[in-house]
Amino acid sequence: MNWFDQHLLSVLIWFPVLAGIFVLATGNDRNAATARRMALGFSVTIFVLSLPLWTRFDTQTAAMQFVEKTPWIDRFNVHYSLGIDGIAMPLVLLTTFLTVIVIISSWRVIDRRVAQYFAAFLIMEGLMIGVFCALDAVLFYLFWEAMLIPMFLIIGIWGGPNRVYAAIKFFLYTLLGSLLMLVALIYLSVVAQGSFDILEFHQLPLGATAQALIFLAFFAAFAVKVPMVPVHTWLPDAHVEAPTGGSVILAAITLKMGAYGFLRLSIPITPDAAHQFAPWVISLSLIAVVYIALVALVQKDMKKLIAYSSISHMGFVTLGFFVFETMAMEGAVVQMISHGFISGALFLCVGVLYDRLHSREIATYGGVAKVMPVFTFFLVFFAMSNAGLPGTSGFVGEFLVILGTFSVNGWYAAAAALTLVFGAAYTLWMVKRVVFGALTNSAVEDMNDVDSREFLILTLVAIAVLALGLWPAPLLEVVHASVDNLLIHAAVSKL
Amino acid sequence: MIPLSHYLVVGALLFAISVVGIFINRKNLVIILMAIELLLLAANMNFVAFSYYLGDLSGQVFVFFILTVAAAEAAVGLAILIVLFRTRRSINVQDLDRLQG
Amino acid sequence: MTKELLYLAIPLSCLFAALIAGFFGAKIGRSAAHRVAIAGVGLSFLLSLVVAVDVFSGNVFNGTIYTWATSGSIRFEIGFLLDQLSVVMMVVVTFVSLMVHIYTIGYMADDPGYTRFFSYIALFTFAMLILVMSNNFLQLFFGWEGVGLVSYLLIGFWYERESAVRANLKAFLVNRVGDFGLVLGIGAVLALFGSLDYATVFSAAPGKVNEVIMGPLGYEWHWLTLICLLLFVGAMGKSAQVPLHVWLPDSMEGPTPISALIHAATMVTAGIFLVARMSPLFELSVTALSVVLVIGALTALLMALVALIQNDIKRVVAYSTLSQLGYMTVALGASAYSVAIFHLATHAFFKALLFLAAGSVIIAMHHEQDMRKMGGLRKALPITYLTCLIGSLALAGVPPFSGFFSKDAIIEAVHRASIPGAGFAYFAVLLGVIITAFYSFRLVFMTFHGKPRMDQEVRSHLREPPWVVTVPLILLAIPSVIAGGALVAPALTGTLFGAAVAFVDHEQGDMSTGAFGMLAHAPFALPFWLSLAGIGGAWVFYVARPKWPGQFAKRFKTVYWILDSKYGFDSLYQRIFTDGSVAVGHAFWEWGDRRLIDGILVNGTAATVGRLATWLRQIQSGLVYHYAFAMIIGLVLFISWFLFR
Repeated sequence: MNWFDQHLLSVLIWFPVLAGIFVLATGNDRNAATARRMALGFSVTIFVLSLPLWTRFDTQTAAMQFVEKTPWIDRFNVHYSLGIDGIAMPLVLLTTFLTVIVIISSWRVIDRRVAQYFAAFLIMEGLMIGVFCALDAVLFYLFWEAMLIPMFLIIGIWGGPNRVYAAIKFFLYTLLGSLLMLVALIYLSVVAQGSFDILEFHQLPLGATAQALIFLAFFAAFAVKVPMVPVHTWLPDAHVEAPTGGSVILAAITLKMGAYGFLRLSIPITPDAAHQFAPWVISLSLIAVVYIALVALVQKDMKKLIAYSSISHMGFVTLGFFVFETMAMEGAVVQMISHGFISGALFLCVGVLYDRLHSREIATYGGVAKVMPVFTFFLVFFAMSNAGLPGTSGFVGEFLVILGTFSVNGWYAAAAALTLVFGAAYTLWMVKRVVFGALTNSAVEDMNDVDSREFLILTLVAIAVLALGLWPAPLLEVVHASVDNLLIHAAVSKL
Repeated sequence: MIPLSHYLVVGALLFAISVVGIFINRKNLVIILMAIELLLLAANMNFVAFSYYLGDLSGQVFVFFILTVAAAEAAVGLAILIVLFRTRRSINVQDLDRLQG
Repeated sequence: MTKELLYLAIPLSCLFAALIAGFFGAKIGRSAAHRVAIAGVGLSFLLSLVVAVDVFSGNVFNGTIYTWATSGSIRFEIGFLLDQLSVVMMVVVTFVSLMVHIYTIGYMADDPGYTRFFSYIALFTFAMLILVMSNNFLQLFFGWEGVGLVSYLLIGFWYERESAVRANLKAFLVNRVGDFGLVLGIGAVLALFGSLDYATVFSAAPGKVNEVIMGPLGYEWHWLTLICLLLFVGAMGKSAQVPLHVWLPDSMEGPTPISALIHAATMVTAGIFLVARMSPLFELSVTALSVVLVIGALTALLMALVALIQNDIKRVVAYSTLSQLGYMTVALGASAYSVAIFHLATHAFFKALLFLAAGSVIIAMHHEQDMRKMGGLRKALPITYLTCLIGSLALAGVPPFSGFFSKDAIIEAVHRASIPGAGFAYFAVLLGVIITAFYSFRLVFMTFHGKPRMDQEVRSHLREPPWVVTVPLILLAIPSVIAGGALVAPALTGTLFGAAVAFVDHEQGDMSTGAFGMLAHAPFALPFWLSLAGIGGAWVFYVARPKWPGQFAKRFKTVYWILDSKYGFDSLYQRIFTDGSVAVGHAFWEWGDRRLIDGILVNGTAATVGRLATWLRQIQSGLVYHYAFAMIIGLVLFISWFLFR
């Protein structure tokens, strides 16, 4: 272990934050180009820096790696404690990768408060990585809440006409849940005699009632973030109003934090309660898969449709977690990563259209294929991966979750498999109305096909989607030990 | 010799008059200021009475302090009142409801 | 190792051709794009032949290419199983595909999407090869969805047509309903056997015959029956069996070469292939076989009847495809798997031939597809006429054309079957023979015989299409004539497919007399006379007495109406599933999300807090003396509480 390995996570958290502050301090709208270039340079550097996480990762162990632990607030026994396992590591890489994509995608679109915009993304990147790495409850909570601020600003400043409503709704919704989580964390620390170490929480013996209450408190925080039915309504609003980059990060990474919370806190800390409430969580997940899919079908706004599709796909993630089966849980983790790419890419596609015609209404378009063939290729490709076509990453997660669920309960699997039909229905119906058919709107005729910048980002994401779909083995290998360990841990009662 | 209770009753009456003056008065801010002066006077009355009956001079010393403070307070209060009148063209107490939520 | 490279080259050459034609088509130009695609598929055909020779000399291959993923204790692998069944499919697929590629040069000559088209059909060939070469359920599903994707893209090839993009969405979604069953079937296989590898599953299957699972309402289901039925739902979607057949007629919106390649010869037979591949499982479940038999018989009969009244030349062939797929399914249900694949192969040749001939007619008629506006074309299009006649004779089952052998074998197999539903199926396939003969010759007579009914402008331009169109017709006509006779003996005695499919001797019995034996026997069997009667009937109705069809349609109005509305499947599905799910979605959104959650719970909470605050703020009058008064009262209350408690 050299210095680099020991402090890599710290670097990944604080370098983006400092870079963001630097961009914020030096940039103004007169030298916007410099701010853009700086932000891109920083984000690419961070991505490159994050690659050793993959290459130096030991897939054989479920223990935390790249661990870093120093006392922080001695008086309260709070530590600055970081570390990642096979579940967190891919999420960190997803974050660093997508930040680069988002920064390129916003290159020309944002022309107002440019430096501030890019700074917000860089700072948020650091904070999100912090959430995935934190092993101390106070630190975790700090990153968890701090992350809301840049997102709130991104929606509230660069958003659409109804942005303030959406931003406040997003903020209050998520804050309400996380305050309950704070209560639970403080209670746990009292039980643990003042320690805030999450790994110590995992080993804590807890009674049935305490577990149930803690589980529900955590559930309030994570279910909002995932989001699960019925606390999902902030997501469509936030997506519709957020700028393209905000939507991408929101869908691709922010939602994963809720799911990650289930794996890091809920299930290991309160395994008995998790089993006890599993039927409820599964029911909510299946409702998300079916109910939300039907709601998505009738949306007229492309972003809203994709937002609902996100909720439906995240239903698969929670379903996979709570059937407590290796394949299903691994599938759920893969689904998290894959959904990050696919939903991000779909929002980028909508962004491409929005930049040209400033409309997200499906009815505005029609016959786009005629004037934008390259764009059509990408849209159909990502739509197909959203519908779970084999060979793309969207298939892997869904398939593993369905197979894993089947061995537990055939009916759950049958309900989940309905997504094959519904998912394809809402995605492809949208594709049909947007890109196929005759040209009806004369404004569409003048649209240009994707430029080289858009081509670059869509290609990068497409390669990721395809690679993950054709050969998911490396990712599953990373995930395997941690998931196995988690399931073994969760199978032992704490009572 | 006039018993202590008589002085105290006078003090209580003065206090009551001033409280009523503050609460009943709806028209004029000057009257409120005067009522506050009266309030302090009532306190002074009690101080002096107790000082005399207990033979402790520090009570009368306090009265001087209070009188000084009351004078300063009246000066500041009147100054505020004038500024208020300049900006709002009114010293009607009922109009002064900027604190309303 | 070198052999594995050879196997890999078969699908990959198609993939590379597709990628080059697709991504660089605009750069390398049209003719280079079609050359690349044809070279890729041609190479793949030649290699398939080489492999076929190798496999038939006894070298069955079953191996893994790479591990796709490992999850839990299960390894998901990508690998090839090359036995007699898969090589027959490979040869059929690559041959028909190659013919269609060549034909496309002529058919799509003026189309702006020329290179895109070649990319798609090469990609289709790749996906289909992945499907048939697979040695496990996962890869099967890869290919299965891959061909579905390309079918979607190709039906909607002319994406500016509203009808085309409607049809492709419909096709994809109906197929997805089938895939729903297939995925669950795969899940059930994994749950029961703990493996997705064919060989492992098949060898373990006999030991699991008595395993049961509790189903709904307390019924016990045999695991194997459940698995077979779920897998068959997948097959029904892809092979367009009633009631999931509705997408196939609409898929005719795609260009004609596609109808020949995908929607007649290869992709739609994937379901048949699936069941044949799973024959060791289906053989263990009589219930599943019965279901297969009855569904097949229904499809064979009902769809043949609809074909009788179609006027669009492509739709006649499409409905005939549905009906023939029903025949294959019937054969599967009767445990005559090798016969089903035999019919699949002969049908692939003659149906592709018929479609391409229809396409040739359509080119000559300047993209007119209505047969009522044709007639008398045999003089202008002699090659097309002859090849179409051969295809129709094969379809009608006239000896010695290939269709005769395969169809007769199916009828014989059903005759011998004794599972529930066999009686109905036997009746259906026999009745089907006469109907098939009738509609196929109705097509021939309406198109090529009688008086020309097209306008003068079109008639003056009638001429045989170029050689790239006619050569594939001729090349396809050859196997349409001889494939039946050549393959019938090995197919019926089970030597053709060896151990690749389950072979049930008593179902196929003593038909092993060989091609000549069957020919000699033909005049003494019912099907032969039925098909002659059908052809004769068509002659009477459409050549001798052309007025009769109209009179019949008037006389039997109800029947005509039922057939014309295709038994109402389309409007029923439209009303229940399409409109229904949109209505339910609207209701959920409006009442669930907008009114209940957002309206009452979220914004309702905010509004309640707001109302409460509005009420509470009345106390804040802003008047100092109110506050002071409240302070006094509070003080009094506190003091009295302290004094008197």
